[in-house]
Amino acid sequence: MDFTNAAELLEQCEKQQLSISEVMEEREMTVGEASRQTINERMARVIQIMEKSTHHPIEHAQKSIGGLIGGEAKLIDLYAKERAPICGMTLSKAIAYAMAVLEVNATMGLIVAAPTAGSSGVVPGALIAIQEAYQLSQEELQRGLMNTSAVGYLLMRNASVSGAEAGCQAEVGSASAMAASGIVEMLGGTPGMCMQAASMALSNLLGLVCDPIAGLVEAPCQGRNAIGVSNAFTSAQLALSGVRHPIPFDEMAAAMYKVGRSLPFELRETAMGGNAGTPTGCTFCLQK
Amino acid sequence: MEYIGIFDVIGPNMIGPSSSHTAGAVSMALLARKMFGREIKKVTFTLYGSFARTFKGHGTDKALLGGILGFATDDERIRDAFPIAKICHMEYEFLIDQKTQTEHPNTADIVLESPDGYVQSVRGESIGGGKVKIVRINQIEVEFTGEYSTLIVKQTDKPGIVAHITQCLSNQDVNIAFMRLFREDKGATAYTIVESDEKIPESVLDEMKRNQNVHEIMLIQV
Repeated sequence: MDFTNAAELLEQCEKQQLSISEVMEEREMTVGEASRQTINERMARVIQIMEKSTHHPIEHAQKSIGGLIGGEAKLIDLYAKERAPICGMTLSKAIAYAMAVLEVNATMGLIVAAPTAGSSGVVPGALIAIQEAYQLSQEELQRGLMNTSAVGYLLMRNASVSGAEAGCQAEVGSASAMAASGIVEMLGGTPGMCMQAASMALSNLLGLVCDPIAGLVEAPCQGRNAIGVSNAFTSAQLALSGVRHPIPFDEMAAAMYKVGRSLPFELRETAMGGNAGTPTGCTFCLQK
Repeated sequence: MEYIGIFDVIGPNMIGPSSSHTAGAVSMALLARKMFGREIKKVTFTLYGSFARTFKGHGTDKALLGGILGFATDDERIRDAFPIAKICHMEYEFLIDQKTQTEHPNTADIVLESPDGYVQSVRGESIGGGKVKIVRINQIEVEFTGEYSTLIVKQTDKPGIVAHITQCLSNQDVNIAFMRLFREDKGATAYTIVESDEKIPESVLDEMKRNQNVHEIMLIQV
């Protein structure tokens, strides 16, 4: 059982009455020749790393090796505990988790690239916060992750998840689309709603540039992961409410790739434009 | 098209911060260690291009040394590669070359020395997403990724050597996925690189070494 675009994926779901995560799992077993046991074992390891990297920095803040970030997750957590957080408790947690993962990444800790290291906070931040808020099982979290991997696979295959190739929209934009779809499945939405959410999430971050200060995976990457989570939450809620995005996912993926290829060189991970190109951004470059 | 599975999307599990500047650096150094196949007394790294400019903020130095110590890309000891190398009595040196233009921006030369003075030099490129290529062994240009089981034969460029290598592999039922020959000059040192989907049995090496024009065999198993 294989699929090469969202239309084929949805057709498989419909024909066999399966969720997106189930179709992706079937594909891994048939095309990828992996046993269910291997998949479960590898997934358990992924979840273990994601749980640690989302939570550890909240208790143990650490300065990054580049010196631009460190301690943000702890601050957000403290604020949310002391006052009524503007974003609400669940999204506040998700933002703190996403930024925590980027802190772990920037301190040479262990993370799961999802789909890349620079966007590694979005999927675990969003899905683990949802799991906690709705008291879902590990099995349900695993379903959500499997769902996100189907969306990520389509973007890797038919567009790009590389900042150097297509900007931050391809990294955090893709991660946000993956997380939006994963949340919808975890909360009982249909496969169609999942792809609606993914399509909307991509559309909302279309054109986002990749402009790492001093060329490091620290800032603005960490803040973008927080936005990726917020966008995933919003898109998932819209899709679950029945709000529709007029452009289907496959066309949205193609559009994202096309926009990415038309971004100037300075805005594709070269640390020459955007945040990196500002007078202050340049001073960090000189310190390297 | 190459298969993209669940864990190609949700993965790799890696030490941050960068797949190209950190994970790729670990992988290329680990390959250099496997190719060396001996005890390592000293390692000298030369960093070029983007590696030379941004290695500190990406921990590329710790990642390279971690790979030489035998750590995989998801090993949390990478962060402490410097003190661990000291405990292991491994000498290390980093040279930064910002002038030489290399073909790929993320390039490093790795020179390994054994206690009895055997020296081998390898050039690696980190080509993105944590993927790497070895492009030079002892000044001879080669190309392989280490994603397959790889056999590297150092030989004198004489007729019949390639036939001997393939015969040895076929005797042990090894299916060759890719095979290429790289040489300096006619009749000089050459490398044959064989990549296979399966594990290559070590017994192949004994038979292969019987030919007097085969000088050295390196085996990297997936």
